Parts: sequence; structure tokens; C-alpha cells
Amino acid sequence: MDGNPTAATPVISVRDLHKWYSGVHALRGVSLDIPHGQALGLVGDNGAGKSTLISILSGLHQADSGEIRVDGDPVRMRGPRDAMNLGIETIYQYNSMVPTMTIARNLFIGREPLKAQVGGFGILDERRMRAESVGAIADVGLHLRSPDALVGELSGGQRQGVAIARALYFKSKVLILDEPTNHLSVKETAKVIDYVRTLSEQGMTCIFISHNLQHVFASCSRIVAMAHGEIVLDKPTGETSLDEVQNVL
Amino acid sequence: MRRILKKSLQKPELAATLLLVVLIVVFEYTSNGFFLSAANLRGFLGLMPETALVAVGVTLLMISGEFDLSVGSVFALMPMTMAVLMVHGWPFLLAMSAGLLLCVVIGFLNGWLTLRFEIPSFITTLGMLFMARSLTVVISGGFPPRFDLNAVPAPLFAAFVGPGGLFRASLLWFLAIALLVGFILGRTNFGNWVRATGGFLPAAQAMGIPTVRVKIAAFIICSVLAGFAGMLQVMRLGSPLPSSGEGMELQAVAAAVIGGTSLWGGIGSILGGVIGAILIRVIDNGLVLSQVDGSWFKLAVGALTILAVIGNTWLRKRGQAMKVSEH
Repeated sequence: MDGNPTAATPVISVRDLHKWYSGVHALRGVSLDIPHGQALGLVGDNGAGKSTLISILSGLHQADSGEIRVDGDPVRMRGPRDAMNLGIETIYQYNSMVPTMTIARNLFIGREPLKAQVGGFGILDERRMRAESVGAIADVGLHLRSPDALVGELSGGQRQGVAIARALYFKSKVLILDEPTNHLSVKETAKVIDYVRTLSEQGMTCIFISHNLQHVFASCSRIVAMAHGEIVLDKPTGETSLDEVQNVL
Repeated sequence: MRRILKKSLQKPELAATLLLVVLIVVFEYTSNGFFLSAANLRGFLGLMPETALVAVGVTLLMISGEFDLSVGSVFALMPMTMAVLMVHGWPFLLAMSAGLLLCVVIGFLNGWLTLRFEIPSFITTLGMLFMARSLTVVISGGFPPRFDLNAVPAPLFAAFVGPGGLFRASLLWFLAIALLVGFILGRTNFGNWVRATGGFLPAAQAMGIPTVRVKIAAFIICSVLAGFAGMLQVMRLGSPLPSSGEGMELQAVAAAVIGGTSLWGGIGSILGGVIGAILIRVIDNGLVLSQVDGSWFKLAVGALTILAVIGNTWLRKRGQAMKVSEH
């Protein structure tokens, strides 16, 4: 990074990001450095700008001004595919899986292995999709009966597990979890929090977005709070408290 | 064993397949064995490819999460365009290409207008239903143009082929196209995108699938198949009628739905749509052969549509609820 060549380059570095939505100034100059392997908790009320920031980092929207660097290189993301190619994978609270499709099909949506292809279109390698999805799911400690089961038949926690397995399978560097514990039972919430902890121990960078401060404190080593489109608090989890965070929100 | 049973219970076309078998047995009985005779099958298999092809396109589009009410009008407009151009001296191949190109344009417009202005495809294609029908009447000049069957390779589409002339060439066209579309939907990455787009749009978008292009492609395929089916009919009848295909849009939707396609997208199969279309034709044909007043046809199709959807929903739920043992 400019200025401090001795520190390790952050995996994501954001400088002075601005975004307007139909007249609303949703992001007002956000800057943030996220080192490799950190589990960062992003908190804030509805409309605080955290969803805006996340949708820009996952390629769904583009910032109006500001700079994003990934591993030190300035990047322009025009769509979710660009973000995925840079190793940034986003898991949404409920919309990262197609319930009417099988686990194997879901794991490879948009990145299907092909047996033969012409101009980007081709025949699916279904044998490989099945075999590798079984492996990928076992890697996150999930035991599902068959890769041919429909995702709609899985519990919310299992779905998040499959989504995390997908991110790991495609060797993502950064995992953005957008409200992953919404609508989950207590037991399944614990499981997701466990995933986040384990992943950052294994060197994966995680950005965990939640309304629920307890969940964030339980899984993250750094807390970033946003309000009115700005970062209002940025501290290691050990140096702040639920009360302090609640007060700035 | 239970796993196989569970899988087949979740097959979208199961209810329709069972109904089809039952109806064939019933009509074979009530027609005193005439239903499955070669003479009747000849007529049946000559008509069936036309509606079934329209159903194939509509099914694909519905799985992608959209709807097309303009297929009946496109069914009439494509061959009418071709016939009028040929009257003006265009050679067959060029006239046919122009007709199919018009279908591509209509399909593209259906899709583009729907997605660009974020309006329901129900509305876009309802508008297109009227416009394409009107265009058909306008270019026909009010009465069917003379269609010189000697100037077109009609036998290529309508000649009786097969053992004992049991079916027409149109059946082969239909089978080839249905297999191709079924293969694309089931075995290719594009098919995977169609299912994902119709199954849950936000997820498909988040995974970087070009959902707008996927849907527009489905609209275009749907229109082209409807136009091609219309051409098959004209090759069989010899003259394009401005009124042909009226009501076909709803029959095609009924066929897709009877075959297990969900109105909300994501669920369905090409085979299901084909079986649905065959079922409708079987009812039409079977009622006549059983000497039932033909006016009951629509009542039967309507009842069947509702019955099949209730059956599909019930079977799917039974299948999902069914526990299979862990490995």
C-alpha cells in the first residue's frame, strides 16, 4: 500500500467511496482496509449504508466515486461475475441459492464445468458436478444425503452451509456474509457463527453483516459500525463493547 | 427403492403421464377400439406436432419465469408473411427465412419491452397477441392468399412417411426440435441458467448469470417455434388462414401447466409440456370418437388443467415429505 510499504497489503482496500441512490447520499466517503484473514463485523441500522457498501464490493452496484483495490491493484467491478473472478464471494440472507434446483446444480450456477463447448455454451459435466459437490459439502462438515436433493428441502442453516461450501470450492479470498443468521434457529445460528470463526482461522477473510450485535461479537475480531453513510466506529472486538457500539448507532 | 419412488414423485410430468395412460385406455374402450387404430392415429399424429411445438416453446419460456400469450397470433402471422411474400415472387427459402426472422423480432420485442420497462410479460404479450393478429389480417388483405403448394417443398413437412404412412414428416420435425430443446434445458449450462433465472431471479443475478439475455433468448425461441408450427399447419392445409391459431395461446399454457410447469417459473420439463399437449389432443379426438358433443371439449380441458395442477402439487409434496434413509 502507498505510504506504508512494510505492512502486508490489505486484501480489500476502499478509499473515499461515494454513492447516491435517487437523490440520497447513501455512502459519504467510506475508507476501509481489510487485512488478509480478518473476520470483520459490519454493523449498522437499516439505511446506514452497510448494504450499499456490500453491494458495491460484491459487484451488484458501482460506486459514483472512490477507489477499490484488491490485493493492492485498483479494480473496476461491472457485475457480480467480476467480483467472483477477483475472489470475492457474497452470501445473502436468503437469495444465494435456487430452491427448485439440486445442490449439485446450485453449487455450479454460472460456473458450470462443461464436457464440450462452443462460444461459452456447452454440455454440463454432471458426473463431475455431483462428485465435486459431495466433496465440497463434506469439507465444511455438512452431511447431506445426496447432491441431487433440492436446495428447497434443506434447512436455512444447511443452505448457508452449501453457500459457504461453494465459496470455498471456488477458492474465494473474501467471503461476504450478508445477514446470514436471519431466519435461522438458535442452533443453526451457532453453526454459522462457528463457520465464520473457523474460516478466518484458516486464513479466509470474512465480512459479516448483521443486525444482531451478539452474533457479530461472537464471530469477529474487528467491529466496524456505520451510520448515515459513514464509518462511525472501527475497533478490535476486544477494545469495544456492545454498549459502545449500540450508542454510536 | 424409496429413493427412486421419491424422485419419480417429484417429476413434474408424472400426473400428466398417468392421466394420459388412463384417458387412452378409456377412449380406446368408448370408441370400440377405433381410437388406437391406424386410421385414427394417422389423423392424430398429423395434427399433434403443431400444438405440441407451440407448447415446447411456451414451456421453456415459463420455466425461465415469463409468459407468452402471443404464440397463437405468431402461429398465423409467420405463414401468412411467407405466403404473401411468395405471391410477390419471393422464393420459398427466402420467404421462410423472412417469416422466421419476423418471429425472432417479435420474440425479442416481447422480451425487451417486458424487461426494459419492467412490466409483466402477460401484458406485453397480450398486446402482441392483438398486434400480430391484426398484422396477419392486414397483410392477407382480408382473404387468404393463394398458396402454390407446388412451389414449396410441402412434402418435406407434410408428406405421410413412417411405416404404412402412419405419420407425417412434421412429426419428425417436432421430435427433433423437442429433443433438442429438452437437451438444451436439461443438459447444457444455458439450460441451467434458464432454470436458475426462473427458479429464483435474485440468486441467478447474484451468481452473475445474464438473466435479461437468458429471458430474451427464451422469448425468441418461443416465438420462432410458434411460427414454425404455424408453417407446418399451412403445409398440411395448403392455405394460410388469418384466423388460424386463435385460442392456441391458452391451450399451450394449459399444456405446459398440465405437464407440471409452474406458473412462477423454475419448475417444469419439455417432456411435460409435450405430454400436456398430447393430452389436450387426445381429449379433443377421444370425445369426438366417443360421440360426445364436441362442445364439451373446453370443459374437459379446463377440468383437466385444474385437476392436473392439483395432482402435481400433491404428488410433489408427497415426494418432498418422503423420508429416504441416510446412506
